[in-house]
Amino acid sequence: MSLLQSTQFRPDPSADAPRRAWVRAWPEFQNPAAWLVALVLVIMPLIANGFFLIEIFATTLILGIIALSLMFLAGYGGMVSLMQLTIAGFAGYMVAVFGISGNANISLGWPWWLATPMALALATLFGTLGGALAVRTEGIYTIMITLAIGAAFYYFTNQNWAIFNGHTGINTVATPHFWGVDWRADIAFYYVALGVAAICYFAVQYVSRAPFGLALQGVRDNSRRMAALGFNPNAHRIAAYAFAAFIAALGGVLQVWNYRQISPGSVSVGACIDVLIIAVVGGITRPIGPFIGALIFVLLRTFALDVLIKFGLDGNRFRLLIGLGFLAIVFWSSDGVIGLWERWRRRNASSTQRSGGGRHG
Amino acid sequence: MARFIERHPAWALIVIIAVAVLAWLVFAIWPPGLEAAIGRKRVFLNAVLNGITLGGLYFLVASGFTLIFGLMRNVNLAHGSLYLFGGYVGYAISSWTGSWLLSFIIAFIAVALVGVILQLVVFRRMEGQDLRQTMVTIGLSIVFADLMLWVFGGDFYQIQTPSWLIGPIQLPLLTAIKSSGEPVYLQYPLVRLVIFAASVVIGIAMWLALNRTRIGMIVRAGVDDRDILAATGVRIQLVFVLVFALGAGLAGIAGVVGGTFQSLSPGEDTRFLLASLVVVIVGGMGSIPGAALGAVIIGLAEQLGSVYIPTYAIVVTFLIMVLVLALRPQGLLARR
Repeated sequence: MSLLQSTQFRPDPSADAPRRAWVRAWPEFQNPAAWLVALVLVIMPLIANGFFLIEIFATTLILGIIALSLMFLAGYGGMVSLMQLTIAGFAGYMVAVFGISGNANISLGWPWWLATPMALALATLFGTLGGALAVRTEGIYTIMITLAIGAAFYYFTNQNWAIFNGHTGINTVATPHFWGVDWRADIAFYYVALGVAAICYFAVQYVSRAPFGLALQGVRDNSRRMAALGFNPNAHRIAAYAFAAFIAALGGVLQVWNYRQISPGSVSVGACIDVLIIAVVGGITRPIGPFIGALIFVLLRTFALDVLIKFGLDGNRFRLLIGLGFLAIVFWSSDGVIGLWERWRRRNASSTQRSGGGRHG
Repeated sequence: MARFIERHPAWALIVIIAVAVLAWLVFAIWPPGLEAAIGRKRVFLNAVLNGITLGGLYFLVASGFTLIFGLMRNVNLAHGSLYLFGGYVGYAISSWTGSWLLSFIIAFIAVALVGVILQLVVFRRMEGQDLRQTMVTIGLSIVFADLMLWVFGGDFYQIQTPSWLIGPIQLPLLTAIKSSGEPVYLQYPLVRLVIFAASVVIGIAMWLALNRTRIGMIVRAGVDDRDILAATGVRIQLVFVLVFALGAGLAGIAGVVGGTFQSLSPGEDTRFLLASLVVVIVGGMGSIPGAALGAVIIGLAEQLGSVYIPTYAIVVTFLIMVLVLALRPQGLLARR
């Protein structure tokens, strides 16, 4: 396709070549809708007040980052890992343990610029080790093993008092405060979350088109053929786990700064599965999917109570709503909301092109 | 057995030594030095028996899980919900009629019906799509968990143990010898032993049914290659429904057992889902003897761990899983 285009349309190859290479690398910069979304996100603090800014949009971005790491593994690597939230929670715990918190007997009191890289490094290591374990199996087995890892971590944090402070968790975790800015203040924190989310989004986009990402997709589609071509499938898979673990760890650090506390409830099995739901509902073929899924999830979680009561139903049935919605998505669209939207657009396009044309299977 | 010793002499030696040490620990009277080092023998024996009986419960849950997986390649992550549902049904029946045995029968039938409906309405439509089926079971487990929370609330329920099973029984296991020379025997709750015996009977019955009957032959053939089986004219959808009903019904029975042993509350579904996952990963996917071995190992590890290293008990379980995955990724007793 691209070869065909470049031979047919060539007005001024010498001047246009770098620009076209750039367009091919970053097609989203050609899309006016993407620019509009970016603009809205950047001027969001002018539109939304503190509650919406943090409880809806910052939370969406954080959950989106964690789900993005799952999307990377599932979409490009074909590995559905349920331990991404566990890695994020581990990073959060490490920030609380190495940094400053209300539990002085546990926290080591390091400054944030030392504690955060430490937490990121340890969580990445944790995710890589878990991944090295999980790649020994394939397909549905991966789900089971990563779920077992996530559940074991949850029960461990519940039982362990020396490091994780049992079921009470670690409270009043200190947040960064430098250059005269309190980075946990609503607007500043929103921009931090937005910046990290944007970096993660573009990093995933970039890696998916880099040689490593293409090899990973090759491993997903046919690992035996890739092995015959001289690639090491397991090394690629473990590297993918490491990359995804780093993204999840970034999300986990932001999450602990957002809530200022962490407890086993934050890494429970239900929460692990929520991340899967977010990624699947959004769609696991594109990096934008997890953020859409996270927005839907956060909106439902926040407003389902009011809406259900308004319809005269029990407001506590929000999880039922989430579960049924998830079931519906899994039933009717294997590619989440993105898939539904693309199908709808394609149908519209085809009906305008050849109205009344026969459907083909 | 002989082949195993021939092929892995070192492993066989380790296993034999471990069994011998365990047997000595169980039957001998401990010398004072050992009691000073790791505590009373009574504590140890209780932990071992608790572990084995807990293993019986885990086997009941995991055998249904592994049966369903083995035949239909369906990782039923709603299995924990089926367990909890069976427990609630059993509680409702036993508190309504007062009959403990009846609660088993009704729980089996009710949960098996749920299994039949699931197989007919949901899983049959997406046959061969492993990942999608697994996602659906996740969605179902969320829906079931919330529905059960709606109906039964967040309270703890315990199924009443029948009067003829209440109380301890004396086992012919010496725990100590009094200074007067009089031997002290171990006291142990009768109900746990009865339930363990029942799960052993169920396990053996399942093994016999799978290996000695015609329907078992069909199921085993389906585990090996269901396409060829279907091509030979067996009505495979019927077999699928039956196996799903049996697996779900076993989870329901396990729910009643768990409700008598321990208690029923929201969150137990996840706990038993995790237990059956680990048991099946350790024992080998799709293998009934594997589920039995894995269940006993995990039950013992959990109970001994919670007695001797309380804060790291879950880590022991996890380490066993990691070790098995590292040495034998397909599980201890899986064929492939």
